[in-house]
Amino acid sequence: MKLTLFTCTVTALLSVMVALPIGYLLSRYDFRGKALIDAVLDIPIVLPPLVVGLSLLILFNKMPPWEWLGIDGPSFEEMFGKIFGPFMPEGMDAGITYKVPAVILAQFTVAAAFAVRTMRNTFDQISPRAEQVALTLGCNRAQAFIRVVVPEAWRGVSTAGTLAWTRAMGEFGPILVFAGTIRGRTEVLSSSVFLEISIGNLEGAVIVSLMMVSIAVVVLIAVRMWGRESRKKFVL
Amino acid sequence: MIAVEQLSVRAGDFCIDGISFEVPTGEHGVLMGKTGCGKTTILEAICGLKEVVSGRITLMGRDVTRLRAGERGIGFVPQDGALFATMTVRQQLAFGPKVQGWGKKEIEQRVPELAEELGIEDILERKPFGLSGGERQRVALGRALAVRPKIICLDEPLSALDEETHEGMVELIRSVVKEHGITALHITHSRREADLIADKEFFLEDGKLVQGRVE
Repeated sequence: MKLTLFTCTVTALLSVMVALPIGYLLSRYDFRGKALIDAVLDIPIVLPPLVVGLSLLILFNKMPPWEWLGIDGPSFEEMFGKIFGPFMPEGMDAGITYKVPAVILAQFTVAAAFAVRTMRNTFDQISPRAEQVALTLGCNRAQAFIRVVVPEAWRGVSTAGTLAWTRAMGEFGPILVFAGTIRGRTEVLSSSVFLEISIGNLEGAVIVSLMMVSIAVVVLIAVRMWGRESRKKFVL
Repeated sequence: MIAVEQLSVRAGDFCIDGISFEVPTGEHGVLMGKTGCGKTTILEAICGLKEVVSGRITLMGRDVTRLRAGERGIGFVPQDGALFATMTVRQQLAFGPKVQGWGKKEIEQRVPELAEELGIEDILERKPFGLSGGERQRVALGRALAVRPKIICLDEPLSALDEETHEGMVELIRSVVKEHGITALHITHSRREADLIADKEFFLEDGKLVQGRVE
């Protein structure tokens, strides 16, 4: 349960951080390759979940992008270990696959795609005029984005965060392949359901499922209420 | 003075070429023309919001063609006001001075002074939602004037106002612009509005700019 809350929260934060600039870029600018990026962002949504997990497993362990270019080099897994290894406590190594970072990455791959879509729609609905006025008043692009666009997009940000969070909680296929379902190590609620079913404990699976439903409902209600409060502040 | 020489601007597939005109210092130039003929594109190029393909834009004797929008010293009032939805009227008026690094005291002095001049003292703590069309345009005008620009560009600022509010706003814009010696470029579709406010009139037709004088 703790691991689920932790990984979902990290995934939601990362997804929003990535979705804000990419959603803005896709909404406001026309550039060469935009259609390709747009299509690539949909891949995690349309691919079968197990294939997403398998792709991550291969990318991080067997085939880093530079290998396709014929360049020898360490895999992402080895690089991650080299960078974070010295900072890890005694007895813990800094790997990705079949460890907590793999859970987060597996959740992030799909959740971020949804968050980007949400943010792009949000920016599409915000007129660029206010931003242009901010530019004439002395803002640079980054200042106009932070001071004018982000506050106006705040409800979209909370929607994207919630969507990413709940999506991350329900993710299973990529986690199964990339992080495994190791009891007490990479076990999140969705994988608990699978583990309970696999040992024939249907009752346990139902209890965990109900917990997931309850958490999702609580999160949705909380965000809706918070959204309503912020809308009141927005209007008054 | 606003001086535009042989200006070419491209906006997607749309392109305007070889536009030249001048609005002398302290005068109110009005740009008219059919919808979609490129009036707003010209205004945006002058404000630094559209990239210029070729030609030159000179504001108060300074070549600003390649400067970014914030360095041109122009106040911009768009068609719908485009107020910042999350800010109070006070915050909107203080926005420009704040971005340009004015001192707190200076801002605290400037905002009420401007609010009084534009008759919006009573709505300083309100947010844009629920403001009337006239109030929105006054706030948009105030936000543009807050940093004391020498030039102001207005893109159909009064098109959504009822007749009574329209007349009041025309008078307000006219008096504020004259009083502060601001050079203005104003886009409108209204012949009457142009007659009331213009020192110089320009018509954009079939990609050509024709200058006319107010009779």
